[in-house]
Amino acid sequence: MESLLGEFSVGLAFWQAMLFLGLLLLLRKFAWKPILNSVNEREAKISESLELAEKTRAEMETMKAQNENLLKEARAERDAMIKDTKETVNTMIEDAKGKARVEADKVQSLARDAFTAEKVAAIAELKTQVASISIEIAEKVLRGELASQDKQTTLANKLVEDINMN
Amino acid sequence: MYRLLRFILVVALLSPVLTSSVFANAEPHHGAPNKELTPEEKREKNTEFVKHHTHDSHSFGIVSSEEGGWHLGFPLPVILWDGGLHVFMSSAFEHGEKVVESNGNYYKLDTHDGKIYKTDEHGTVMTKSTVDEKTDEETISKLKPIDFSITKNVFTTMLMCLFLFFLFRSVAKSYKSGLAPTGAAKFIEPIVIFIRDEIAIPNIGEKAHKKYMVYLLTVFFFIWFLNLMGMTPLGINVTGNIAVTFVLAMFTFFITQFTAKKDYWMHIFWMPGVPVPMKIMLIPIELIGLVVKPFALMIRLYANMLAGHIVLGALIAAVYFFDAYFAKAAFLGLTFFMNIIELLVAALQAYIFTMLTALYFGSAAAVHEEAH
Amino acid sequence: MMDVSMIGAGLIVIGVGIGIGRIGGSAMEAIARQPEATNKIQTAMLIAAALIEGIGFAALFAA
Repeated sequence: MESLLGEFSVGLAFWQAMLFLGLLLLLRKFAWKPILNSVNEREAKISESLELAEKTRAEMETMKAQNENLLKEARAERDAMIKDTKETVNTMIEDAKGKARVEADKVQSLARDAFTAEKVAAIAELKTQVASISIEIAEKVLRGELASQDKQTTLANKLVEDINMN
Repeated sequence: MYRLLRFILVVALLSPVLTSSVFANAEPHHGAPNKELTPEEKREKNTEFVKHHTHDSHSFGIVSSEEGGWHLGFPLPVILWDGGLHVFMSSAFEHGEKVVESNGNYYKLDTHDGKIYKTDEHGTVMTKSTVDEKTDEETISKLKPIDFSITKNVFTTMLMCLFLFFLFRSVAKSYKSGLAPTGAAKFIEPIVIFIRDEIAIPNIGEKAHKKYMVYLLTVFFFIWFLNLMGMTPLGINVTGNIAVTFVLAMFTFFITQFTAKKDYWMHIFWMPGVPVPMKIMLIPIELIGLVVKPFALMIRLYANMLAGHIVLGALIAAVYFFDAYFAKAAFLGLTFFMNIIELLVAALQAYIFTMLTALYFGSAAAVHEEAH
Repeated sequence: MMDVSMIGAGLIVIGVGIGIGRIGGSAMEAIARQPEATNKIQTAMLIAAALIEGIGFAALFAA
């Protein structure tokens, strides 16, 4: 203990205190404040940047999801549109087909009617012709039959007979 | 950064060699294998040599030779307060051989303890006798002026302060060009961040640590660089001086007391959460603790650095003490090894001083949520 | 007088040596058990060692 006190120098302590205090004040003003400030600033900047990056990534993620959604929607829309179109086309085709069929049927039936009418007309004509031909033939035959007297009498008899019988 | 690291490494590896070469030059002065000396005298001389190199001195001696009677170095101003101011250069003492007259007073330098004593004109030290009233014992003490000299330690501290100031100002300036560290900042910045993140924040707290950072950083670099200065072969021993560590410990002590919050005083004078008789008993214990803390801080740094210097000095003296070459070689190797350990200790003691300072600041700045 | 204080100093050194040795040993074990806590253990070890050392030095100067 005595050696400790013996070695203690007041002057050295005084100078030391002055110098250290001076160093403390000088370094505070000229060194530590700027150094710590810039270190803190940089750290803040780094963490800010990291945060920003994180935020951007999250944003990107949401945007990507949105895009995906949009794409999905678009695809669905497209699909729906295609489906719609197909349906429309189908119905149109069906419609057209139906109309065509109706038209065809109409045409057919008209044709058939016309044909029937023609047929009837033809038959009627045929009938008249056949009738006229048969009348001609009957005329000729009658002429031949009635060429002689007896034949006429027989016939008249016969006819009379027929009538009598009635 | 690499260049700086390499430089430090080279200096570290060379320092034992440099140290021993300087002492080799000083050989005739100190532990020389002088044939006329008995082993006891040799031992005495070696003790003197080691003591001399751990003491503060009034001149910046580099190499000296007792037999040659020459000294290499430069004188430093002596400033004495003895009823008046006395200022002269230490070269006037001629290494303790001459009595210096200044404004009618006479002073002489004692080369053994390195102190200046008041003498008469023939160089006889003036004494003052004091009588203890209780025991009637008479104690005779030498008269000493109050010594405000720019001693070797003060001079070294001045240089170191200048060096630290310019170093850190240049580091601070380098941040102006950009946020990334360049030059010396690359080396300094990790240490600054280490002190902030590993010492200040865990011990003081996220919020309160900011106002203590200036002191913690300054004290760390101050002690560390001065410790390293002690490793150079100039025989500087600033941090191994009780006055220096006393001042540093006082700074820590006063900053702790002046920044202390209510809780700190509460824990000293009225410890919460213990019964009343216990509270009264704890007051003196806490008060003793208050004083012991800076005292331990002071003693730890002082004793560690002084012990390091003594061990190194003793090992170097041993190189000259023994005549056998293998012993010299062995002690040289041991000196080398101890030098590297001391390099570690230099940083470690700065770290521990800063760490404990932060711990004390933490107790001062702590605000306790609940009583415990 | 000198010799007695020397013995005291020796005792102090033994005590401090044992104390710091135990701290170091325990810290080693703790680090081996929990390597991830190395930093914290080292810090605590250094503080404890420094405190013991401080007491040791104080006693040495008193002796």
